[in-house]
Amino acid sequence: MRYDRQIKLDIVGVSGQEKLGNSSVLIVGVGGLGCPAAQYLAGAGIGRIGLMDHDKVSITNLHRQVLYDGFDVGKPKALVAKEKLQRVNSEIEIVAIEEALTIENAEMFFNQYDLILDGTDNFETKYLINDACILAGKPWVYASVYKNEGQLSVFNYQGGPSYRCLFPKTTRQNVSCEATGVLGVTPGILGMLQAAETLKIILGAGNVLSGKLKLINILSGTDQILKIQPKQEEIEKIRKQGIIPVRIDCEIKDAGKTYLDVREAFEQPKVNSENVIHIPLGSLQDRLSEIPNLEEVLVFCQSGIRSRKAVEMLQKEFGFQNLKNVEGGIETLIDG
Amino acid sequence: MKVTIKYFGMLAEAAGKDEETLEVKGGLSATELKDQQIRKYQISDPESVQLAVNQDLNSEIELKEGDEVAFLPPFAGG
Repeated sequence: MRYDRQIKLDIVGVSGQEKLGNSSVLIVGVGGLGCPAAQYLAGAGIGRIGLMDHDKVSITNLHRQVLYDGFDVGKPKALVAKEKLQRVNSEIEIVAIEEALTIENAEMFFNQYDLILDGTDNFETKYLINDACILAGKPWVYASVYKNEGQLSVFNYQGGPSYRCLFPKTTRQNVSCEATGVLGVTPGILGMLQAAETLKIILGAGNVLSGKLKLINILSGTDQILKIQPKQEEIEKIRKQGIIPVRIDCEIKDAGKTYLDVREAFEQPKVNSENVIHIPLGSLQDRLSEIPNLEEVLVFCQSGIRSRKAVEMLQKEFGFQNLKNVEGGIETLIDG
Repeated sequence: MKVTIKYFGMLAEAAGKDEETLEVKGGLSATELKDQQIRKYQISDPESVQLAVNQDLNSEIELKEGDEVAFLPPFAGG
């Protein structure tokens, strides 16, 4: 029998297995965190799993997003993940949602599931999940990664604190795994711990990581648990006002010049103004006609490294003489 | 009095270390210690940095000898 090895555990048993089968989990973001979480939750027999991701598989995902292989590059993550997980467990329902989470759809989707597992990689969506979970009355299992470190917690669980209680103010410095680099195992470990917290919540077993923040450093091998103080005003604010959008847009100080942003579309802070052209480093060669070649263009990325490569490549190979690298990256261009 | 600071995420990079023990004047609050270190290491977006004194995320605390203060930044990778 499929679930024999976990039913033997006293925290599961036949009744626990029934609880798992009757439960539903929405995984928002099926990437470095969401892939391992989804694999273990599907294996464990969660009755209905929603896989929400609007992104497509890229070759640079494969070292950590373990559901995908080389044949999947270019295909929608939600669909590929559903197909693979259905092979792991054909007895559960898996719903692929090829959409981004938005202020408009978040509550509607969250109402259809018992809990939300956060596999996202940006502050906007984490605050959005937080607010929509407060409104829909659902717990969510949070994780974040920065290089070799991770944070893990359960929010909005049985009156416990929310993400806004931990971080009432966010930062513009959203640095994704794509930008900083990450070993595949780091989101892998965090994603599995998220699956573990999810199973504990559904089974009513052990100590759920609510009101606590677990910090993991895979290099030093040290873990720490910090106690999170609930801030009722942060929760009440959302109940009264609804979802408060967090936008990490910013303005460029010197608006009189022309800029070329060679970062990927998901990188933050975002700068949206008419004098900024957005072409990711990898697409420059295909979109040369969009780059002005007369007036001076200031080329930037997150830190100044990719933009330096872009300037060198465009000068050497395509003869652009009007490009200047912004040393130090975007932070030197924006206010604050 | 001596207090130990632990830096996480990009704060450890800004400080060039993930832990240090400092001699500080008695009666210093956790928030004052934060302001002092933020200036020292030129940490950006200081209002997003959260403090935990002896593993408790609460910065409205006067520090005592031997306290451990964690400097915690938000991050969002995944």
